[in-house]
Amino acid sequence: MIPEIGHFALILALCVAVVQGVVAIAGAQLGIRSWMVMARPAAQVHFILVAVSFVCLMYAFIYNDFSVEYVASVSNSMLPIQYRIAAIWGGHEGSLLLWALLLAIWTMAVARYSRNLPLDMVSRVIGVMGLISVGFLMFMLFTSNPFDRLLPAALDGRDLNPLLQDPGLIFHPPLLYIGYVGFSVAFAFAIAALLSGRMDATWARWSRPWTTIAWSFLTAGIALGSWWAYYELGWGGWWFWDPVENASFLPWLVGTALVHSLAVTEKRGSFKNWTILLAIFTFSLSLLGTFLVRSGVLTSVHAFAVDPERGVFILGFLVVTIGTSLALFAWRAPKVGLGGRFSLVSRETFLLMNNVMLVVAAGAVLLGTLYPLLLDSLDMGKISVGPPYFDAVFLPLMVPMIFLMGLGPIARWKQADLPDMASRMKWAAVVSLVMALILPFVMGEWFALTSLGFALAFWIVSSIVVSMSERLRKTASTNAGAGVLARIVALPNAYLGMNVAHIGVAVFIMGVTMVNTYEVEKDMRMEVGDTVTMSGYTFRFDGVTEVEGPNYKASRGQILVTVDDKTEAVLFPEKRVYFVQTMPMTEAGIDSGLFRDLYVSLGEPVGNGAWSVRVYYKPFVGWIWGGTFLMAIGGIFAVSDRRYRLASRKRKAQKKAAGQPAAGQSVADQTTAPVQSMERE
Amino acid sequence: MKTRHKRMAFILVGLAGLAVAAGLVLNALNSNLALYISPSDVKAGNMPKGTAFRLGGMVVEGSLKRQDDGLTVYFDVSDNVETVTVTYTGILPDLFKEGTGVVTQGKMTDGLFRASEVLAKHDENYMSPEVAEMLEKGEKANQAAAAAAKASY
Repeated sequence: MIPEIGHFALILALCVAVVQGVVAIAGAQLGIRSWMVMARPAAQVHFILVAVSFVCLMYAFIYNDFSVEYVASVSNSMLPIQYRIAAIWGGHEGSLLLWALLLAIWTMAVARYSRNLPLDMVSRVIGVMGLISVGFLMFMLFTSNPFDRLLPAALDGRDLNPLLQDPGLIFHPPLLYIGYVGFSVAFAFAIAALLSGRMDATWARWSRPWTTIAWSFLTAGIALGSWWAYYELGWGGWWFWDPVENASFLPWLVGTALVHSLAVTEKRGSFKNWTILLAIFTFSLSLLGTFLVRSGVLTSVHAFAVDPERGVFILGFLVVTIGTSLALFAWRAPKVGLGGRFSLVSRETFLLMNNVMLVVAAGAVLLGTLYPLLLDSLDMGKISVGPPYFDAVFLPLMVPMIFLMGLGPIARWKQADLPDMASRMKWAAVVSLVMALILPFVMGEWFALTSLGFALAFWIVSSIVVSMSERLRKTASTNAGAGVLARIVALPNAYLGMNVAHIGVAVFIMGVTMVNTYEVEKDMRMEVGDTVTMSGYTFRFDGVTEVEGPNYKASRGQILVTVDDKTEAVLFPEKRVYFVQTMPMTEAGIDSGLFRDLYVSLGEPVGNGAWSVRVYYKPFVGWIWGGTFLMAIGGIFAVSDRRYRLASRKRKAQKKAAGQPAAGQSVADQTTAPVQSMERE
Repeated sequence: MKTRHKRMAFILVGLAGLAVAAGLVLNALNSNLALYISPSDVKAGNMPKGTAFRLGGMVVEGSLKRQDDGLTVYFDVSDNVETVTVTYTGILPDLFKEGTGVVTQGKMTDGLFRASEVLAKHDENYMSPEVAEMLEKGEKANQAAAAAAKASY
C-alpha cells in the first residue's frame, strides 16, 4: 500500500510540475499576474509530493519490503539500518528520486528566498526548474520506477554492493547531487534572463550566491568521493581519471569558470553572453554526468545500471534541454551587448584567460572521456584513454592558470598597469622561487615538477598575503585602534571567502606535489613477525585473525607501526567476504595524520600464515582533501557576504520604519555596506 | 590602441591558446591510447609493437601460478581460441579469479605479456563489455572453423 502511495504522489508531482513549468512561464511571457503568482505555491506542492514519495520509498527500505523490486535489488534484511537508508540512492531508480527531491528542495529555496526579485523573474526561474522536473519525473515513471512491484515478492534482497557499504555512501552522493542539481538554479536564471531579455548586473547578483553554493557542495562532494575511493578501494590512489569521476569533474571545471565570470558580470557588467553560455554548459554537463553514470555506457566501478533504453531517454532529454537553451541563446544573445569595456591588461582579462583555460581543460577531459565511446560506437575498435593522457593535457593547462590566479586578485578592474603589478608582486615571486628551490632539498630529493608544484603553491599564498596587506593598509587609518586580526575579520566576507578558497587550492597543490614525489609504496610477502622499515616507520606484521561483522566475515590483519621502538599506531586492514554477494573486499588500515598517512592493505594469503601486503607511506596526502574542503568552505563563506543580505534587510527596515526605528547597528550596515563592497571587491 | 586592434589582439591570443591546447590534446592522445587486443590478435601479430596495450579475456582455470616471493604470478588469458601467458608482480585486485574475465595492461616481450596493471572492474554477474566482445569474437571464429572443417569433408 505504502509504495503505491509513493508512486501516486510521483504521478501527481509530474502533473504539478507541468503546471508549474507551463503556466508560470506563459504567465510571465504574456504578463498575466494571476498565472505568475501560481509559481510559488506550485513549487511548494511539488516539493511536498516528491517528499511524500521519497518518504514512502524510505519506508519500504527501513521495513524491508522486498515486494518492491528496487528494494529487493539493492537491500537486504541483514544490512545495517544506516545503509538500508543510504541504499535508497545506492542504485539507479533511487538516485533519480534523490535527484528529483533535491531539485524540488532547490526550487522551494528559490521560491522562499527570492521575495525581493520581480515577480516575472521568479516565475520564469521556478517555471524552468519545473520543466526540468517534468523531464526527470517522466524519465522515472516511464523507464525506472522505484516503486515497481515484484511478484511474487523476494524472500530477501540481493544486497547492496559491498563497495558501497560504507559511511561514504551516506554523504557522498547527496552532496554531489546537491551540487549537480544546484546548477539548475544558475541555468534557470540564465534561461529566465534570455526569456525576459533583461541581462543586467542585477541578474548576475541574484544568480551568483546560488551558483556559489551549488559549486561549494559539488566541490565537497567530489572531495568526499575522492577520499572514499582512497580508503575503500585499497589502492591508495585519490584520483583515477575514471569516466565517472570525470563526469563529476566536468561540471566542476565549467562551474568554476562560471563562478568567476559571474563575478565580472556583477561587478563590471562585462561577459554577459559568456556567463549565460557558461551557465547553460555547466548544467548540461551536470545532466551529461547523470547520463554517463546512470545509463551504464561506461565500464567502471560505478556503473551498476545496464540498460540502453534509459540511456536513449536521457540522451533525448539532453538534446532537448541543450538544444532549446542554445537556440534561445542564439536568438536572444545578440541583443545583450558586450557590457563594460576593459583594457588588454586588466582584471577582466585575467579572469577571461582563467575562464578560457578552465573551459579548454574541461573540453580536453570531455574528449578523453567520450573518445573511447565514440570510436566504439563507430566500430573503430576498443581503446582506453588512461591517466597519462589526462595528466599530459591537464597539467600544462593548469600551470599558467594557477600563475594567473595569483595575479588576478591584485590587478585593477578595467585597466591595470604591468610595471606596477610587477613591483607589488616582486617579493611574492622571490619567496615562491626560494621555497621551490629549498623545500625539495629539505625533503631529500629534487625533481623539476616538484619545484614547480611548490612554486605555484607559495605563489598563491604570497599573492594573497600581498593583497591582504595592501587592503589592511588602506583600512589602517580608519581602524587604527583595532588589532590586525580584528581588521582582517572586518574585511568583506566575499573577499575573505575568495582568499580561503584560493588558499585551499594552494594546500591542495602542496598535498598533490608531496604525495606524488615522496610517497613510498611496497608490495611484499610478510610472515608473522616480519618487519619492514620505510621513511623511518617500522611495520611489523602480527598475523591475521578471523572476525565476523553484521553481514560479512573478515580476515583481520594486525600491523604494529613503530618509530624508534615507540608505538606509533596499530593498523587493522581487513579482507572481507560479504555473505550475500560473496564478493571479496579490501578494507585498508589507515593511520591519518596532519603530515602523513600510513596505509596498509591485505592482498591474499600465500601459505604458512604469510600474506601479501601492500604498505604505503603517504606524506601530506590529507592536504589534498583538506585543501578541497577549504575551497568549499570559502565558497559558502563568500555567500554570507552582507551585500547579498542587504536587499532583504532593506525591505524589513522599510516595514519597520513605519512602526519603530531599526536598531542602530543595522542602519549603519545599510549605509556603509554597499560602498564598502563595491569599492573593495 | 583602437578598439578594432584590441579585438584582434584578443582573438589572436585566444586562437593561439586554442592551438596550443589542441596540440597538447592530439599529442597526448597519440601517445597515451591503449588499444584492446584479444589473445587471437596477439597470436596473429596484430598488436602495437613496443608500446603498451590492453589484453582482455578469461583467466584459464588452473593456470594461476605463484612464484616463491609470493608476489609474482603467471596466468593464462584466453578468448577460447588462443591463449597468452601473462606475468604480473604485485597484489591482484579483489575480483581477480580463475574462470572470470580480466583486462591487463602491459607489453609483449619474448612471447610473454608483462602486465603493469591488472584490472578486474566488474562484479560477479557483470563482465566488462571489452572482454565480452572478445569472447564473442572468439566464439564466432570457432564456429567458422567448425563450419570450414565440416565443409571440407
